Amino acid sequence: MLNLRTVSARRYLSIPAAVAGVPILAVCIGGLIPLVYLLIKALSAEGTALMQIVFRWRNAKLFLNTLLLTGGVLVLDLLLATPAAWLTSKINLKGRHLWTVLCALPLAIPGYVTAYTLLALGGNTGIVAQFFGTSIPRLGGYWGALLALSAYTSPYLFLNLRTALLGLDSNLEESARSLGYNHSETFFHVILPQLRPAFYASGLIISLHVLGDFGVVSLMGYETFSYALYTEYTFSFDHIYAAWLALMLLVFTGGLLYLEMKLLNQVTLHRAGHGSTGQPSFIQPGVWGIPAYLYLGLLVFLTVVIPAGAVFLWIFRGFNVSALGGLLEALGGSLSAAIPTGILCAFLAVPFAYISVRHPSRISNVLGRVAYIVYAIPPLAFALSLIFFVLNVVPFIYKTLPVLISACALHFLAEAIGPVRSSLYQVSPNLEEAARSLGYSRLQSFFSTLFPVLIRGMLTATALVFLATMKELPLTFLLSPAGYETLALNVWSYTTEAMFAEAAPYALAILVFSGVFVGILIYRDKDPENR
Amino acid sequence: MFTNRTRLFNYIFPVLLLFFLIGIVHAETLTVYSGRSKSLVEPIIKQFEKESGIQVKVSYAKTTQLAATLLTEGDKSPAAIFWAQDAGALGAVSKMAMFEKLPESVLSKVPSDFRDADGFWVATSGRARVLAYSPERVKMEELPQSVFDLTQPMWKDRVGWAPTNASFQAFVTALRRQVGEERAEAWLRGMQANGAKKYAKNTPIIEALAAGEIDLGLPNHYYLLRFKKGDSSYPVAQTFFKTDDPGNLVNVAGIGVLKSTDNKAAALKFVEFLLSIKAQQYFTSDVFEYPVIDGVIPNANLLPSSELLELAPTFDLNQMDDLEGTVDLLRRVEIL
Repeated sequence: MLNLRTVSARRYLSIPAAVAGVPILAVCIGGLIPLVYLLIKALSAEGTALMQIVFRWRNAKLFLNTLLLTGGVLVLDLLLATPAAWLTSKINLKGRHLWTVLCALPLAIPGYVTAYTLLALGGNTGIVAQFFGTSIPRLGGYWGALLALSAYTSPYLFLNLRTALLGLDSNLEESARSLGYNHSETFFHVILPQLRPAFYASGLIISLHVLGDFGVVSLMGYETFSYALYTEYTFSFDHIYAAWLALMLLVFTGGLLYLEMKLLNQVTLHRAGHGSTGQPSFIQPGVWGIPAYLYLGLLVFLTVVIPAGAVFLWIFRGFNVSALGGLLEALGGSLSAAIPTGILCAFLAVPFAYISVRHPSRISNVLGRVAYIVYAIPPLAFALSLIFFVLNVVPFIYKTLPVLISACALHFLAEAIGPVRSSLYQVSPNLEEAARSLGYSRLQSFFSTLFPVLIRGMLTATALVFLATMKELPLTFLLSPAGYETLALNVWSYTTEAMFAEAAPYALAILVFSGVFVGILIYRDKDPENR
Repeated sequence: MFTNRTRLFNYIFPVLLLFFLIGIVHAETLTVYSGRSKSLVEPIIKQFEKESGIQVKVSYAKTTQLAATLLTEGDKSPAAIFWAQDAGALGAVSKMAMFEKLPESVLSKVPSDFRDADGFWVATSGRARVLAYSPERVKMEELPQSVFDLTQPMWKDRVGWAPTNASFQAFVTALRRQVGEERAEAWLRGMQANGAKKYAKNTPIIEALAAGEIDLGLPNHYYLLRFKKGDSSYPVAQTFFKTDDPGNLVNVAGIGVLKSTDNKAAALKFVEFLLSIKAQQYFTSDVFEYPVIDGVIPNANLLPSSELLELAPTFDLNQMDDLEGTVDLLRRVEIL
């Protein structure tokens, strides 16, 4: 035993690669099912038809549109979320917790609801025209899609940055300050570089969101790969062109992952000294207080107040008590999928984050990104391939909740990895080694050194996946048990039939429930003040 | 005490188990794949459950997704019934020989326009393609008489359509049949050249009309009626093109019973119920769709079904399953 252990160069790490390998292998197999399915579909095309499908001018246009939108959303999110994360975690503002919750709250609003409300603002009969007498042009196309998508993806960056900022070793800041750096120099030279993993991870997730979004781009009428893909699934039954579009989307995602891997490889961050983060000090806002409040207020107005306000407006315009009948059942359905999925993802994310931080190698780099590839598989293709697989291999679990939960967990796992990885970067491996050399077992070492830090990332991960699952539609449509109801299904069902008043209570329930969840988690995600 | 309780459990547990098993066997359930959205059909399904004592479990999703699911599931499908939003999807499932032939007693309830010629599915309600317009910006006498007039210069940049929507695609399928491939292609290209504005589906067309973005639109008939229900002064109106114009196509929502189900009797009861006066009245009065049987009190906002069928082009709904040809055409003109 002892000999075996000393053979390993990483003998002091608390999770050996072999243990981390089991869940990773399971996810890889799960991800392989839809990939094989897509390849089989794609390759069933005949030669000439294939050429027509792959080399179309339209594909280039879709590619360009997708690229423009993804880039635009990333830039806008950066501008929206970075100052917000900084302000709420480093500056001594009044009501910091409330601002934090409000900045994360767009996560609770389904993207298509935001899109509907942005569309409802403009035009002759728009909300603005009704309240202020003058009409503004209706948002739509690129700008509409950009705004709606940025509004609802900005919390991904905000939360990742916040987790990273709160976990920063404040001793570093103090050293920088004592060496004569002022606040802004400290920010740009000391803090910003340390936030790189958080930027990369959330940039990736946001990109994947934009690449996979259908609700927003279809309502705004901006054609991207995913728009073309979804319409393809509503048009044809052979799904060959759809499979090719999906594979092109995956190649695009592969490119992004490669880029992120290259960037992240340059990062080595962890605390060299003792295990606890130094006591951080808050910066007094001073004269910048008012602009800070204005900035946060504007951000929250754009991303939360407008969509939530419109939902209330729907209710006031024609509230019908009979629409409330299914509310409780739908809520139960939503929670029974979202909670287990969130927890499952947080646990699955640990080995992925761990191997990429502690066992860096070419293989672990690739494996660590499997989850992102799975995320980029269009959910409809994913669901259809799972139907095929489950019916032929394990038919007795077909259309049961565990299948839906597993599918959602596989799909959303990527969202969970970022925060867990960010938190891992903040524990030095020396600490684990020290614990092990002091005679702690692997488990003891894990729970005494890693876990206290890891749990923060895992909680954020659970929250992110919970919120994503609450809004999920395509997987739920095809994989859920017959008769199964969720809030999102109801919102979708009513809004597509233009029954906004009936949709409103369900949308509101998503909002309130997710909002409460965001609040609780941010409260539990310990802030220096509460320590 | 302890032993008493144990003994009690020894009796109670098997009895409970027995009840449980009886419950499973007795509660007859019917699994329905519904491409019709829950908001439209749930009340009538609840009514069926109440009257028949049969429990209905519904999977709601988009019609084509459900058709694709059924084709993937094959004879392992848990569904007893496929209730589709349009005839094309019913045709696709029918083509794979997955539907049970419906008995004559069911088929004879509806006119031949509203059922599959081979008897594998039957329509449950009808809906029409219409011309929606802004009464503020388009005068009655200006209204185009044919869908072909929309490519004229006077309508440049003023028309909205939803070319990626399934009901539009059904219309193109019918158009190809009626006027031939070439004219259909010319019309699609003409519309694009004339700056027709693309929307994802029907509802945004109506909203864009109200918002002043466009002056004419090509939606299904019932969306506007729902807007009007909430707000009778909603600034959009709708009308038909001239008699027999392809723009007046009538499509159906329809239903078929799957061969693979072992619950055929309950499935048939469900189909019969949807063709009953009660259900048909619901579709007319609450969903604003056209009934497929006689004897229903007409909705004041709708034409009588007989007049509608006169306005509509004659078209065999079974030909609606030629999706591939339509998709090829839409790809050729770079709409898809």
